[in-house]
Amino acid sequence: MRLTCTVNGTEQLVDDVWEGESLLYVLRERMGLPGSKNACEQGECGSCTVYLDGLPVCACLVAAGQAEGREVGTVEGLAAGGELHPVQQAFLDAGAVQCGFCTPGLLVATDDLVGRALAEGRRPADAEIREALAGNLCRCTGYEKVLDAVRLAADRMAEEAR
Amino acid sequence: MSTPTRSPSGAPSHLTGPGGGRVGDDAARPDGVLKVRGEFAYGSDLWMDDMLWGVTLRSPHPYARIRSVDVGPALAVPGVHAVLTSDDVPGSKTYGLELADQPVLAVDVVRYQGEPVALVAADHPETARRAAARIAVDYEVWEPVTDAREALGHPHWNRVHETEAPVTELSRESAHLHPEGNLVRHVKVRKGDPDATADVVVVGEYEVGMQDQAFLGPESGLAVPAEDGGVELYVATQWLHVDQRQICAALGMPPERVRLTLAGVGGAFGGREDLSMHVHACLLALHTGRPVKMSYNREESFFGHVHRHPATMRYEHGATRDGDLVYVRAQIYLDGGAYASSTPAVVGNAGTMGIGPYVVPNVHVDCYGAYTNNPPCGAMRGFGSVQTAFAYEAQMDALAAELGMDPVELRCRNAMEQGSPTPTGQVVDSPAPVAELLRRLQAMPLPPSPATGADADLRDMPGGVSNTTHGEGVRRGVGYAVAYKNVAFSEGFDDHSTARVRLEVVGGEPTVTVHTAAAEVGQGLVTVEQQIARTELGVDRVVVAPKDTAVGSAGSTSASRQTYVTGGAVKAACEAVRARVLERAAALTGWPVGDLRLFDGAVVAEGLQLPLAEVLGDDAVEETLEWRHRPTEALDPETGQGFAHVQYAFAAHRAVVDVDTELGLLKVVEMACTQDVGKAINPQAVVGQIQGGTAQGLGLAVMEEVLVRDGRVRNPSFTDYLIPTVLDMPPMRIEVLEYADPHAPYGLRGVGEAPNISSGPAVLAAIRQATGLPLTRVPVRPEHITRT
Repeated sequence: MRLTCTVNGTEQLVDDVWEGESLLYVLRERMGLPGSKNACEQGECGSCTVYLDGLPVCACLVAAGQAEGREVGTVEGLAAGGELHPVQQAFLDAGAVQCGFCTPGLLVATDDLVGRALAEGRRPADAEIREALAGNLCRCTGYEKVLDAVRLAADRMAEEAR
Repeated sequence: MSTPTRSPSGAPSHLTGPGGGRVGDDAARPDGVLKVRGEFAYGSDLWMDDMLWGVTLRSPHPYARIRSVDVGPALAVPGVHAVLTSDDVPGSKTYGLELADQPVLAVDVVRYQGEPVALVAADHPETARRAAARIAVDYEVWEPVTDAREALGHPHWNRVHETEAPVTELSRESAHLHPEGNLVRHVKVRKGDPDATADVVVVGEYEVGMQDQAFLGPESGLAVPAEDGGVELYVATQWLHVDQRQICAALGMPPERVRLTLAGVGGAFGGREDLSMHVHACLLALHTGRPVKMSYNREESFFGHVHRHPATMRYEHGATRDGDLVYVRAQIYLDGGAYASSTPAVVGNAGTMGIGPYVVPNVHVDCYGAYTNNPPCGAMRGFGSVQTAFAYEAQMDALAAELGMDPVELRCRNAMEQGSPTPTGQVVDSPAPVAELLRRLQAMPLPPSPATGADADLRDMPGGVSNTTHGEGVRRGVGYAVAYKNVAFSEGFDDHSTARVRLEVVGGEPTVTVHTAAAEVGQGLVTVEQQIARTELGVDRVVVAPKDTAVGSAGSTSASRQTYVTGGAVKAACEAVRARVLERAAALTGWPVGDLRLFDGAVVAEGLQLPLAEVLGDDAVEETLEWRHRPTEALDPETGQGFAHVQYAFAAHRAVVDVDTELGLLKVVEMACTQDVGKAINPQAVVGQIQGGTAQGLGLAVMEEVLVRDGRVRNPSFTDYLIPTVLDMPPMRIEVLEYADPHAPYGLRGVGEAPNISSGPAVLAAIRQATGLPLTRVPVRPEHITRT
């Protein structure tokens, strides 16, 4: 089948998509966007978290055809040009990246969380961060530095927004 | 067919990163920006235009004879390019880290569920999977051997392995292997009086379940046929050269025709020490003449790598009424599963370090590794010390209770220190601040109790927002445990690393290139390599070359050894480069070499600053060095005595756990850890290792187990095999101590494993204190607490 959708603001058209392929497979293998990761392919680990019409989803659980005509945002689309997004910079500065396989999904989930909280004029509390990121598995960090990174990103983005 | 190029999309590039940071600084990772942009290429991201996808057909049975294999139906599927079986393996049909006993593809018999039987290459992964399902394998199903002690009850009744396996050159030590039976290795440690008696005796039996490494990046790689008839393999692994030797044997090719490059690795934790898809992808690529990519899904990953050995242990501790340990006797049984993997070395560790970091005059330990038809077990972070720590620390708490002593006091009273004798007759010849680690934990403030009743925040309660308690039936426990682990390879293994370091001026800027084959698996070795080069050569711009077999072996990224051994090699190669540069500068300037040093891109001395550009011109100064730590010795086969370990790592944990004693639910409230790291080369990365190791230990204590029944894995998915989430992990307090080891580069001590060893036993101790139950099996489940 043919699939058309918008990915990171760019129109994408791919042909010969097998109906059983997931959005994750199409992004990774047909659109040259391997940033979203394939750690469990059953929606448990969050490594493939992307935006679908602005909501974070596990791309492995979205059939490719479900993305027809919709807007997809991936880790590759977070940064504008050569600059890092504040969430990306915070993960680096806090030491929240080790092997990095969970990082793309965590970045999208964090961007969503911090964006929602700041839109309400507040920073996410620790319990809220834990709740929001509970669907993103990380095997390297024990999550302490991930929490540091989210707090740091929220602080910096709140500062920028002032 | 297009001509294969040797640069697949995702082939690793030279890493530079933001620059800056010497030994002791929180230097930034050179691969960090790539990782947060989604541009860092892991093994599963590799891609070539004309590549095929390879898949593996695996045995559904834990033990069976293969009567026949019919690949015809699979070959008939459109899009399929090859279907291979053991008949297509041109070289050695078996491989292994220490003992070449594992078939590349099953030969006549399968010995565990998930054993690879056949391979398929096709133009779409789903086509390959569907074709593999059409391969007709006729099995004669046999009853599996599933209990390690039962398997050892018949040491000469060899059901699991019928033929003698050759001991390869890869053997990590002079292990006493017993290929004629189900016994892989038996380590005996004998010290003092075997019949010693004591005033107070505690006996316990303990069991540890099978843990999975659960690295997030699946086993994956890309094999590309080369024009010389050889193959290029890009693969996520832990030790390129040990892979290369095994692949060469299986392919019947010399090393110069089997070239490996490290693909991006999404975590390892021991699970990538053994081969997975390496030979399979090479076979398919050589057979089809096309690049072949293989990438396991999560279910296949559970069958595609070894796990942590399940253990059954019996311990007897004897002490005086004052609390001085008199003797420890222990029998430790490790289930190695169907193939040896690194079982001999795991048995060595569990046997020699199985009584913990305590001084005991009389020791009698027997540690056995057995073949069964369970999944093969091998390396996982903590490597033999994790299992025994659950037992020896439970024993110390039981002994303290029997003596009416504080558990920390009992540990400190018997703690190993510098100069202490070990059970294997070594003398601890560097700092061993075991008591200080415990005292510092004890001095840390305890977390407050949560509000209960109407004021309770459910998120602070065991059971969380499931709303199972507002504090009723909840009791808090506090537990302590200490880790004790050898660093680097032991028992006489020639443990070395190779580093190539080049200094030149590129575009007017002094530039160092560091080339090693040491696998970066996420721990940050690439950062450490840069920090050491900057420190030794006074140059800011340090480039890390791709990790490949074009340079000599770096040894394994395991045993907490790379910062020590490859760090040592990089340091030594930098020193050799520095000596040559300073000699050149001395000849140019007439200054004595001894007065010169490298600083900030120049040769400097009192009143001299000569830019490196003037010293080097267009020349590069390059040195390649092999570096070794102090040699170790094999263990005496009858007494287990010998200088077997080059360095020890020590960490201690305090766990605070709230337990809902009515429902068996629990919440780990806080983990505190103290660890002596000798010298923190990168403090941020050191703390990251402690936090991550703590999480894996907590996971084994309360949730992680590969459930195996009748030789079959019942939970091969992240839905059913649970690892800690951010909701399961508590805040951590961490203190890093730096008591230099005079024998190690910069005084450093391997970091990665120790925190993985003590965290789980501390959690268990806390749950025991809260419940008053003995809890002798991990992971602890709610029904163990409710006794229902």
